[in-house]
Amino acid sequence: MNEHGTEHGDELADQGSAGFGSTAVRLDQGHIEGTGHLPVRFENPGMPPHIPRAADLDELAAKRAEKQVAAFFGISMLGTLVFLVAYFAIPMEAQVFLPGIGKANVSNIVLGVSLALGMLGIGIGAVHWAKTLMPDTEVVEERHPLRSGDEARRGFVSTVLNGGTDAQLDRRPLIKYSLGGALGLFALPMVLQVAGSLGPLPEDGLSKTPWKKGDRLVRDPEHTPIKATDVTLGSVFHVLPESIKDSKHVLEDKAKAAVLLMRLEPEIIQVAKERDWGYEGIVAYSKICTHVGCPVGLYEQQTHHLLCPCHQSTFDVTQDCKVIFGPAKRPLPQLKITVDDEGYLVADAPFREAVGPSFWERG
Amino acid sequence: MSTAGHTASGAGRLRANDPKPEAPVSPGLKAVGGVAGWVDERTGAAKGVGYLMKKVFPDHWSFMLGEVAMYSMVICLLTGAFLTFWFVPSAGQVSYDGSYIPLRGMMMSEAYASTLDISFDIRGGLIIRQIHHWAALLFIVAISVHMLRVFFTGAFRKPREINWLIGAQLSMLALVEGFAGYSLPDDLLSGTGLRAAEGFMRSIPVIGSYVSYFVFNGPFPGESIIPRLYAVHVLLLPAILVGLFTAHIVLVALQKHTQFPGPGRTNENVVGYPVMPVYAAKAGGFFFIVFGVVALMSALVTINPIWAYGPYDPSPVTAGAQPDWYMGFADGALRLLPGFLEFEAFGFTFSFNVMIGAILLIPVMYGLLSLYPFLEQWVTGDKREHHLLDRPRNNPTRTALGMGAMTIYGVLMFAAGNDIMAIKLGLSINDITHFLRAAFFIAPPIVYWVTKRICLSLQRRDRDLVLHGRETGRIIRTAEGRFYEQHEPLDPYTRWNLVQHEQHQPLQLTAGTDEHGVAAPHARRERVRAKVSHFYFNDRVEPVTPAELEAAHHDGHHVEEIEQQEPGGAPLVEVAPSGSAESPDAAARHRH
Repeated sequence: MNEHGTEHGDELADQGSAGFGSTAVRLDQGHIEGTGHLPVRFENPGMPPHIPRAADLDELAAKRAEKQVAAFFGISMLGTLVFLVAYFAIPMEAQVFLPGIGKANVSNIVLGVSLALGMLGIGIGAVHWAKTLMPDTEVVEERHPLRSGDEARRGFVSTVLNGGTDAQLDRRPLIKYSLGGALGLFALPMVLQVAGSLGPLPEDGLSKTPWKKGDRLVRDPEHTPIKATDVTLGSVFHVLPESIKDSKHVLEDKAKAAVLLMRLEPEIIQVAKERDWGYEGIVAYSKICTHVGCPVGLYEQQTHHLLCPCHQSTFDVTQDCKVIFGPAKRPLPQLKITVDDEGYLVADAPFREAVGPSFWERG
Repeated sequence: MSTAGHTASGAGRLRANDPKPEAPVSPGLKAVGGVAGWVDERTGAAKGVGYLMKKVFPDHWSFMLGEVAMYSMVICLLTGAFLTFWFVPSAGQVSYDGSYIPLRGMMMSEAYASTLDISFDIRGGLIIRQIHHWAALLFIVAISVHMLRVFFTGAFRKPREINWLIGAQLSMLALVEGFAGYSLPDDLLSGTGLRAAEGFMRSIPVIGSYVSYFVFNGPFPGESIIPRLYAVHVLLLPAILVGLFTAHIVLVALQKHTQFPGPGRTNENVVGYPVMPVYAAKAGGFFFIVFGVVALMSALVTINPIWAYGPYDPSPVTAGAQPDWYMGFADGALRLLPGFLEFEAFGFTFSFNVMIGAILLIPVMYGLLSLYPFLEQWVTGDKREHHLLDRPRNNPTRTALGMGAMTIYGVLMFAAGNDIMAIKLGLSINDITHFLRAAFFIAPPIVYWVTKRICLSLQRRDRDLVLHGRETGRIIRTAEGRFYEQHEPLDPYTRWNLVQHEQHQPLQLTAGTDEHGVAAPHARRERVRAKVSHFYFNDRVEPVTPAELEAAHHDGHHVEEIEQQEPGGAPLVEVAPSGSAESPDAAARHRH
């Protein structure tokens, strides 16, 4: 294609016309203008002839348009009236089955549709009116360069400079620099106030969870303790520490302490530590994804994979919950568990590492 | 009382040289003049408002996209103000006792309970809430499509760079505003979104955990995030959005709207219809149409049924967790980023697998977008004002770059639905994710190349049309028995659309010597600039020039003579010698 362009240019250059597209332009140049008996470029033919509309020529068509516009406005009034009546007349809990939509709230549908009719009637009517009856001869408005005249620009610059001179800025550097310093600093108190008071320092809040040695594992949300014998093969329990019932910050503690409890055949567990930290094939892992913290809620019984529904990180429970797919990097932290004297599952130690998403000081 | 009225009703002329009493004014004019006169005497607004009412706007369907954005913003402001009357921005726990039976007796935040009340116990509350959400989604759709229109038509060129920057800021803040509003009801889905947002903040190097604790006022979720987001959503961001929007629209009025090229339209004029009465009716009516369509959607299509998700609780989660559409690309990026981007060094954790998608993506995207007009200006060296839009095909490289960027966005958007696709299509989620990871790198160059070729082909088709006219389908047989298809030349108005544009030429380094004849080394910058310019404009199709059209005519002259003899045939100017598939260049070559 480029070769074609060049060919053109050469041929045209023969004719004494400018070589359009034939020569590159110097960096400091604009477009090449040509000379010759033909203009280099086509000229703008000006506005095309105006084509009148039916309503411009035929009074009957105009009358028809008038009636159509009025009909749309009429529909609008009707819609508004329906809304006003429906607001009082339709009970809020009434349901109706609509094909393609399903069970729907009658009040919502009638109010919304009538509101829409009220709006659309005005809108379509007005646009139809503009298109059929209002002037459709295009108007030409001239543009003027946005730039101010040289005089005005010089005037502006000298006003600014004179202002500085009149204020003796150039003669009194002490004022200039001290003002610069003051203006540079004055916002700091406001910034400090808002930034400093937004919240407490994290300290070890991200690294510690409420789990402690001896804390019973209880079902979420029933808060009942779990016997090791209750945990059958293939089952999964959503678990919280028993101590959470005394917590003053239930949601905050839950966001860190949520744990999944699963029972596997001990022989398919491939990591010795995982087996040791569990109890007869029962293992407990943090439910908080190490990616951005969604609950890793989906357990595949057959493959022993845990899947996070937010970004699809997949953890293999037989391999100490190592990441086998997805954007997470770290395995889910394991909670070391054992049983107490009554046969209930308890934590044998707090989490060894921080649960949840990574952060800088995690180490 | 206006002065005109006073003179007209005066007691006639006292002296011969007094001005004649003015002609009586119509009652309508008198009424308008009366009120307007009262205001004008106190403000002097008649001149300015009169000027604005006569202002001319060009007509094109794509110019309505910005209008849709503007109107959906107005709808959001209006319905949002309504919602504040009932919404309680508090994370304080209450026991629900409203009319939605499945959740009765459950503990939940006041924010969630009051959103349930809006949906079930306040008459018309649900329709207002749904209009608010639909209008917000439409707002961001309209902003995005409007921005694409501005990009692909080159409307961002001088003098409109400032408005491009303002628009980019508006678009980015609209995302944040949307996310803040989406999080307010404190349902399970939006709470999970905030949970992820907390994870995003933690990924910031050095200060991540501090940012998280400062934003949430302690450990996640805390009781501060809902009221804080509320202040951001109903006060801070709307104020900035409305301020920026006002600047945006004032600049449009000041610089006058761009127009598509066409007969009679030049870089020095605006051709269109005046505000009064045409645009007052069309644009005013369009507001009602947008509102009506949003109301209709809200009546028939449920959006964000928070009652189905339940109150937020950090432990449960629903499968198929999806954000609102405009956050899809960022969510998709998070799904595609591989885990190995997180590593530990010097005893600290670098979580780039999260940070790139969650913290860097949006600012980088909008940064590049904001820089583009300046890049293009640097490449072309074009410092003129541009008020005529480009047809996208006439700037193939820009169009192709834009399509390439949209492809990246599209891949990320698809990635956000990888779980849904896996379920609905019965595919492996792993395969889909691997495929999209590859597509992120492979698809954009392909789309770039294909788009550029399509643009160039369309330009060549334009040339062909100008040089050879339209095929009429009428076959002419000459006396010797040769057949020709009659071609009808374009009228000058149609032709102008196809030949009006200018093609940029690649800038080239010249053999630089100073005034003493000593070779001047080119700055590295200039060499790069020449290379980029070559990349942009080396492949180009020039518009037909009068000389070329003349040559094409000359070439087809003998055919024309035959056609002229045809009774009733329109005076023909030109005919392609052998069918329409002929390249435009062939005609020029034939004449030798």
